[in-house]
Amino acid sequence: MPDRPAIWNFLLGRLSLSSLPLDNTIVVWTFVAVALGGAALMAMITYYKKWGYLWHEWFTSVDHKRLGVMYMVLGTVMLFRGFADAIMMRSQQAVAFGSNMGYLPPHHYDQIFTAHGAIMIFFVAMPYIAGFMNFVMPLQIGARDVAFPFLNNFSFWLTVSGVVLFMTSLFIGDFSHAGWLGMPPVSELKQSPGPGVDYYIWGLQLSGLGTLLTGINFVVTVIKMRAPGMTLMKMPMFTWTTLCTSGLIVVTFPILTATLFLLSLDRYIGTHFFTSGFGGNVMMYVNLIWVWGHPEVYILILPMFGLYSEIVPTFSGKRLFGYSSMVYATASIMILSYLVWLHHFFTMGSGADVNSFFALTTMLISIPTGAKIFNWLFTMYRGRVRFTVPMLWTMGFLFTFTIGGMTGVMLSVAPADFLLHNSLFLVAHFHNVIIGGVVFGVFAGINYWFPKAFGFRLDEFWGKLSFWFWQIGFWVAFGPLYVLGLMGVTRRLSHFTDPSLQIWFIIAAFGAFLILLGILSFVMQIYVSIRHRDRLAVGSDPWDARTLEWSTSSPPPPYNFAFIPIVHDRDTWTDMKKHGYQRPMEGFNAIHMPKNTGTGVVLAALGTVFGFAMVWYIWWLAVVSFVALIAVAIVHTFNYDRDSHLSAEEVSQFEHNGNWEPKAQGATA
Amino acid sequence: MSHPSPSVHDHGTSHDAGHETMHAAHGSLRSYLTGFVLAAILTIIPFWLVMGHVIASPQTTILIVLGLAAVQIVVHMIYFLHLDTKSENGWNMLAFMFTVVLVVIVLGASIWVMYNENANMMPMSPQYIHHKQGA
Repeated sequence: MPDRPAIWNFLLGRLSLSSLPLDNTIVVWTFVAVALGGAALMAMITYYKKWGYLWHEWFTSVDHKRLGVMYMVLGTVMLFRGFADAIMMRSQQAVAFGSNMGYLPPHHYDQIFTAHGAIMIFFVAMPYIAGFMNFVMPLQIGARDVAFPFLNNFSFWLTVSGVVLFMTSLFIGDFSHAGWLGMPPVSELKQSPGPGVDYYIWGLQLSGLGTLLTGINFVVTVIKMRAPGMTLMKMPMFTWTTLCTSGLIVVTFPILTATLFLLSLDRYIGTHFFTSGFGGNVMMYVNLIWVWGHPEVYILILPMFGLYSEIVPTFSGKRLFGYSSMVYATASIMILSYLVWLHHFFTMGSGADVNSFFALTTMLISIPTGAKIFNWLFTMYRGRVRFTVPMLWTMGFLFTFTIGGMTGVMLSVAPADFLLHNSLFLVAHFHNVIIGGVVFGVFAGINYWFPKAFGFRLDEFWGKLSFWFWQIGFWVAFGPLYVLGLMGVTRRLSHFTDPSLQIWFIIAAFGAFLILLGILSFVMQIYVSIRHRDRLAVGSDPWDARTLEWSTSSPPPPYNFAFIPIVHDRDTWTDMKKHGYQRPMEGFNAIHMPKNTGTGVVLAALGTVFGFAMVWYIWWLAVVSFVALIAVAIVHTFNYDRDSHLSAEEVSQFEHNGNWEPKAQGATA
Repeated sequence: MSHPSPSVHDHGTSHDAGHETMHAAHGSLRSYLTGFVLAAILTIIPFWLVMGHVIASPQTTILIVLGLAAVQIVVHMIYFLHLDTKSENGWNMLAFMFTVVLVVIVLGASIWVMYNENANMMPMSPQYIHHKQGA
């Protein structure tokens, strides 16, 4: 506690002026830039009087499509933050050789790699997949919303709570330096007495709860709300992967919550679960966190597999090759992903029998994944492939991800892992699968579903430019890391002594610069597309696609479907088009929808205050905000004003004025 | 709750049945009482075994108590949580089986892994000392 009158310690806990990192010029300038940018944004929203619009139409919305778009925006904003960390690390490693210590002191560098990893996984990849699942899945199954619309809104704002705590740590106090998984003993109180690890813990607890609720919501939605006729084996592949990923979330995230809870008990009340003395067991934390951590990477990649399985058939003009094998591969990956976690710590010393078991299961899991790759290739085989931007990203994925998968099989060989563990080879491998699999999928999906969400296509030129910068930039940035890793260079170092290594780090930094150009091209693509939205306008089905989301207008009306479709075939929309489907223009019924509510925002805001109070030991505020949190939740259960009704006339207006017909220039090659 | 699903029963699909048939039975007074009595018996027996020192070997007592606890779990699930193979078209049972498989994997493998870690890596463990002496 700082040395000052007791009342201040009571009111502010351990927070004081010295908590502000004023001595760190980089952080100060970042703060200035963020503050100016934020103020400009706020001023613009106020000037154009958009606060009411944002609050009523977006923040309080329980519409899965709006929430999906908000998740995508959140993921993109955090991608910028995570990438800023990445480019700082790359430039530091490119210069910090010999007597040159670089521009980042080790303590700051440690925080950067921790923040980069944690943010990219929890606040870039997770919001992106939640965004896709939110926007696409209910449309694909012919539903009008998810099973629990309020919960959906609440989940989103809990994710934002986590983001707010992570971003606050940049300017008030510091962040964890214990790696993206917060490994003890470094993350224990004795080694990390500052607020960094607490920011990490409470940020993840809040957003993790949001993810868990999303998982429950989507499992129920897929199981209970499919359109009549859509049996399990007629579900689109993306819906299948959403179901499996949500199942994984429901079973896995409680493990993360429990593990972090035990760590916070160690830090707050002096227990010894993971300390290095008094019977604590550091290895137990490693074990538990990877029991969550490995399924987590499949939580990220499975929806992307589903997304590619929608894009490839659409642009090949064929139905998906091997649909049932795709379903069984997804389901077996879902189970197998629980049997491989020890391959993250082969070197911890479990012995030969344990290591060989987990090595074998790891090799096994590459089989269903390989089957999927062949299915996509066979779908393209003898198809009439259109090389649109989403298809380019998909082909880039097939090429990049397969190589990443192969280096993964190399790492699964336990004796080889003893050499490659904790090296840059590992860093190159997981970036290879996560960028090649998840990030490429995100851009493929954005380009594919953007016209559905907004009624106009994204610009092709800037899209292709973005793809090529990313694709080439990826290999220039991570190819050298494979080489360095094989030479035995360890990860997470802020300074090197051997000057012969420097050239590889310079090449890698150049690759990161190419990726930066890829990201800027993406921003430019969005900007250009919005400017030319009239020229790029499209109807309900710009890609001649195959699933139900393309049967409704772009953007879809709030209720998605005026009449719930009846499903006869797996590629429902193709089937409907083949049978000369005519959109009904009369005979509409009134539709009952859930009403927007601000409770999710309020609850998440209270959660953020609670997290902040816990980080800084402001106990009175923690108690007050926690009690308020419970009280608001209870009060909300008495809110019976939850319905809104669209009259038949309003539905008719939507159906007649909606954006359905293909525009003159809208159709694509 | 928000889904104004039309009551279309088409192609004999099994998922979109009306609301009445979807929900699990909520049990009767009789089933609750049966469950309560069984649960009480399964609690009293371990209590009696421990307090009365009925069996000489504590090892055996522990095993019996753990076995009764497992039976207790099943009783709770059948009589209080109304788990059966039919409710929600079998989805409840499927979700339950999935959970059991994963809990067994996570607990079983964690114990296996941690036992080995402990035996191999903790310098003060008896196995380690034995190994050192043997070497």
